[in-house]
Amino acid sequence: MARTEAIALPRERQGAAWWRTNATALLFMGPAMVLVLVFFLAPVVITFVMSFTDLATSTGLSNWQWIGSANYERMFRSQFWFTILGNTLVYVAIVLAFNVVVGLGVALLSLHVEPKAGGVFRALWLLPRISPSVVYALMWTWAAASPPFGMLNYIVAPFGLEPRFWLQSDPWLIVILINGFVGASFGMLILTSAIKAIPEDLFRAARVDGANALQIVRRITLPLVKWPILFVLVYQTMSLFASYEYILLTTNGGPGLYGTETWSVWAFHTALANYYGNLDFAYGAAMSAILVLLGLGISIVLLRVFRFGQLVAEPRVEVD
Amino acid sequence: MATVVERPPGSGRWPSLVPYVVLAVGTLPIAVLYAWLLYSSFFLRVEGFTPIGPFTLENWRFLWDPLSVPELRNRPPIIPLTINTFIFATVTSLVGVLISSMAGYAFSRLRFKGRRMMLGGVLLLHSFPSVTLLIALFVVLRTLGLYDKLAGVILVQTAFALPFGIWIMKGFFDNVPWDLEMSALVDGAGRLRTWWRIMLPLVKPGLLALTVLLFVEGWNQFLLPFVFMPSGSQQTLSTLVRGILGEGRFVDYGLLTAVGLYYIAPVLALFVFAQDQLMRIYAGGVKG
Repeated sequence: MARTEAIALPRERQGAAWWRTNATALLFMGPAMVLVLVFFLAPVVITFVMSFTDLATSTGLSNWQWIGSANYERMFRSQFWFTILGNTLVYVAIVLAFNVVVGLGVALLSLHVEPKAGGVFRALWLLPRISPSVVYALMWTWAAASPPFGMLNYIVAPFGLEPRFWLQSDPWLIVILINGFVGASFGMLILTSAIKAIPEDLFRAARVDGANALQIVRRITLPLVKWPILFVLVYQTMSLFASYEYILLTTNGGPGLYGTETWSVWAFHTALANYYGNLDFAYGAAMSAILVLLGLGISIVLLRVFRFGQLVAEPRVEVD
Repeated sequence: MATVVERPPGSGRWPSLVPYVVLAVGTLPIAVLYAWLLYSSFFLRVEGFTPIGPFTLENWRFLWDPLSVPELRNRPPIIPLTINTFIFATVTSLVGVLISSMAGYAFSRLRFKGRRMMLGGVLLLHSFPSVTLLIALFVVLRTLGLYDKLAGVILVQTAFALPFGIWIMKGFFDNVPWDLEMSALVDGAGRLRTWWRIMLPLVKPGLLALTVLLFVEGWNQFLLPFVFMPSGSQQTLSTLVRGILGEGRFVDYGLLTAVGLYYIAPVLALFVFAQDQLMRIYAGGVKG
């Protein structure tokens, strides 16, 4: 079949070959296309369409009505939206800074030390990412627990700080740490392979010229991995705006009203888990629609500007 | 791959211990959390790091005498939950790998209408944060009659894994030389046969790595079962741990760490054995 493309065929046979090639492709692509259509593309459309309705537990799936932009108006009239937006921006900014700085730091240092030791450190940093989120959240819940259990209280005791129940007293600290330690591995992985890809000669030449390790990092490594760093920044910004799993598992948006509630937690609570019992799917969809739009926008930027494809195109595991 | 940043010999460099110390201190919180998880379940009570009382298996009695554990009395028993979790992880990874390697092969080897656009779509979805779609997926599953069913959650999880899986598998197929496949095709074997008999064995390392990765992701999955399977019988281990953890401020950490360790053990074992593959597949495919 592959060869038929190379051979000049009579017109009607060419048509047949065209059909055959596309039919074969359809056979291979079919299952993936169906799943992506039903569970990715349809939900994107449904999110936007639904946000202009009043679909909720009370209306059921059949008795809903179009209500125009009422959900959006309600959202921006809510007395909490500004608090929640502020929470979201603080959360994204601080966790992002933690992730990128720590990720870069671990990448640089783990490549600087003995390869074996470096590998062990990178594996340890990868642990939170491959652990079940509930177990990882359990560990942090324990660390933040009230006396006499939590580890944090024993750590701050020598500094004269009162023991406390951290999830109540300093919820942001816990939210930032739990997300920071799991998110840093992303930058670590990307930047480790980016640094490894720098030609060895550059470092050798710099050392011959008498540059020390810090100078090499500043003058050679960092300028050469500036695009991957920017990529990590943009990618993580987007995932942080959308993420809520660890907040849900620790503070659950509390303490009190909207203490650590971010935009995505708000959408989740409104549509899928609130205390009033009336799940407001459409209103929650309006909140998500903003995140979906942001996700699509940044994804397109990643695809176009960063050539996402090329960045992740290299072989993953050697094929013998 | 050689390490690029060698330890610089000679003078004017960092004292060689400094990077180790910085790394060790930075990594300490992770080490402490996991160390606590590993030993806390074997004592009745651990305050900070200090175990109170002798070594005991009391916390593990949920395995042989679940009815004596008050937290578990109103919950589905642990063995069916484990089986559910295993089915969920196995099916999502096997189906995910199968579908990914079919589509990955098509992208790598076939010329067809819309290929460029679809490949762009795969990449777009690869970075798109799929959790934002949960509310709409709720409606999709309700409409399809798959809400509160393991099958529905399996389908969503598989679909979510596809953009990553397809891209990874395409990379593996791209690396296989054309010759072998060519001779099979010339001999008259169909595409499907060639893919199954010739190509798949050649990308076995990739298939294995992706299977392990998707298994771990399925095993760990919390949000999808939590949201889409609210009623008891088909839940997974993640919703059980969450259920006990979410019960209140005064939680029994001994029991929780025992259940948590039971739940995380297969993942840790896989990580020890397949660490290099997992690391490389994560690094190359940008998963996160």
